[in-house]
Amino acid sequence: MQQRLARGEEAALGELYDRYASLVHGLAHRVTADHDAADLITREVFGYIWENPDAYDPKGGSLRSWIAAITQRQAVHRLRQNESRGRSNPDEVETRVREANTAARADFIVTSMPEPLRAALELAYRERLDYRAAAAGLGVSEAEARRRLRLGLQLLSTAMEPADEAADPLRHRVPPPIGYRSRRGQR
Amino acid sequence: MSGPAFRDGDGGREGGGGRGGSGDDGVPRVPYQRDRSARNRPPDDDTRRRPPHHPARDPAYGSPRGPAYDPAYDPARDATYRPPYGPRPVDETGDGPQGPAVTPRQSRPDAGFDHHTLKSLLGAWALTACSREEALAVEEHLTGCAACAEEALRLRDAVSLLHREETLDLDPLLRARVLEGCLGRRPARIPVPEWAGPYDAEAARLDALLRDLGDSYWKAPVELRWFEGAPVSRRVTVEQVIAHLTALDSLVGRPLGLPEPGGDPAAPPERASRGRLRRVRPEHELPLDPWERTAAHWAAQNHLPGATLRSLWREQTHNLVRTVSFAGQGVAALTVEYGVAALPLRDAFVDRAFECWMHAADIAEAVDYPYEPPAPRSLNRMVDLAARLLPDVLAERRRAGLTTSPSRLVAAGRPGRSLLLEIDGPGGGEWYLPLDSPGALASPEETVAHVAMDSVEFCRLAAGRIEPEQIAAGQLGDRAVIRDVLFATASLSRM
Repeated sequence: MQQRLARGEEAALGELYDRYASLVHGLAHRVTADHDAADLITREVFGYIWENPDAYDPKGGSLRSWIAAITQRQAVHRLRQNESRGRSNPDEVETRVREANTAARADFIVTSMPEPLRAALELAYRERLDYRAAAAGLGVSEAEARRRLRLGLQLLSTAMEPADEAADPLRHRVPPPIGYRSRRGQR
Repeated sequence: MSGPAFRDGDGGREGGGGRGGSGDDGVPRVPYQRDRSARNRPPDDDTRRRPPHHPARDPAYGSPRGPAYDPAYDPARDATYRPPYGPRPVDETGDGPQGPAVTPRQSRPDAGFDHHTLKSLLGAWALTACSREEALAVEEHLTGCAACAEEALRLRDAVSLLHREETLDLDPLLRARVLEGCLGRRPARIPVPEWAGPYDAEAARLDALLRDLGDSYWKAPVELRWFEGAPVSRRVTVEQVIAHLTALDSLVGRPLGLPEPGGDPAAPPERASRGRLRRVRPEHELPLDPWERTAAHWAAQNHLPGATLRSLWREQTHNLVRTVSFAGQGVAALTVEYGVAALPLRDAFVDRAFECWMHAADIAEAVDYPYEPPAPRSLNRMVDLAARLLPDVLAERRRAGLTTSPSRLVAAGRPGRSLLLEIDGPGGGEWYLPLDSPGALASPEETVAHVAMDSVEFCRLAAGRIEPEQIAAGQLGDRAVIRDVLFATASLSRM
């Protein structure tokens, strides 16, 4: 995908949007609680990626988590901007930023946890199967299904602990917040 | 044992439901199963009418959507149904018709569960994914085991983090704005051909609709409608509509050398490049006739779940757009065979965008979702294609004796009687159609009839969704001519 974007393939840009727009918009909306701001952030994030396809380094993690990190950064930037203009209350802003950080860590944990654990959580949470049905669906014993659900949630619960810098899964190098008119070739 | 004191921890509640509160009254938190507040529970507020768990129904999103599709849905007959708030059904433990007694104190439900088993149940318990008997046993256990109680709280809180960030209220028009903004900042070196733009946009809109609907709608009934002298319809399911789109979209992929759907997915796709194309002959070649092709594709893929059919369709749409982007204008005039008819590739892409919209609108209507018409630029291309096809269709119908208006013999390139098709609304415009022969020259001077109608109405007529007699059209001039043109428009539709 990165190569295709770098090549200037419009179709790749469309596919990128189709795959990640709801993530970007959802994260932005969660932080800002403002639909128009989320639209704007979505434009900025995709604009940034399209203009700077080389800014993503696969060594830092998945494309998805990089995009989430950029979005997070940009949304927090917009929120603080509003705060400094007196449009929102600082405590509220800090709470939202914290919640958004937790949600972003949780999202990272879910997408990077071992597939068997994720599959078990999907069945129990999204499909609302009980663990016996989940065990049948996964072709494992009931004890194994119980184990996977418990282990998956244990992993996920680490998102709630305040992350110190080193342990933060979002260790991508994220660009500074994007001014709406970022200069061409900015790294 | 110095575990936390649990409010309400030893009986006095009924059936495990209706508990709430998280210690804001100064009393230590009581572990109960999932937080049922609107924000944290998995989205679902319409469980009475459809299988549980539908993100689009989450009131937290303020979704404007209408009710679910299936008024006949009966949870009592659905083995997978689990009530969202109340206790679990008790029959899963095989305890007989009454299930375990409702008062935990009386039944001592933890009897028979050792500490190890109870601990292993904590994840399932936090997810409300164990039997009621087990849930009661766990809760009983938590009143006496601090370590498990602490973990139970933590896991239960973690469940709320499973809530996905993906938004469901993404404005479908945002896509065009975002892409336009991007291309304004850095022009594409490999652009999507303009004639493939509507297809790209319509596929994205349908995909967004399907994502909103989620996996509980694949079997919802939808009418496939078309016009064969009279309205025809066939009842299918949402997933069959998607497979139908896949089958017919793949006709467009044939001259580009793309594989047939249902072929070997492991085989690398042949790609068109610089106009040098290779025709691939897959093992299972589907018939070209649209109906036969659809039926063959359904037969080959009816074992696949809706979500898989959706991703196969979507992958093919992305592939088609990508392939023509690389191939460039050189492929625009390639011929796409539809069995009975043929279209140049650039028109076939507009036709497929049109079909994608119409079927998406059918699906949306069937499940009571809003669905907007395409962007004006796309609509204009669709109307234009229909208007260009009309003279030939009219001539065919004339030969088949299906018209009533008299015709004159006019040599190709000579002026003949014309109809002015005036399309109002977004994407509208004016088209002069030659009436005497497809090769005749249409002109304002020779106009004998004038029809005016809305662009979306016209498209719905061309798709067989409205009958010619029911169309709200302004009509001036030769009535017989107008009737013939309206029927010819309706006959453009096919399944």
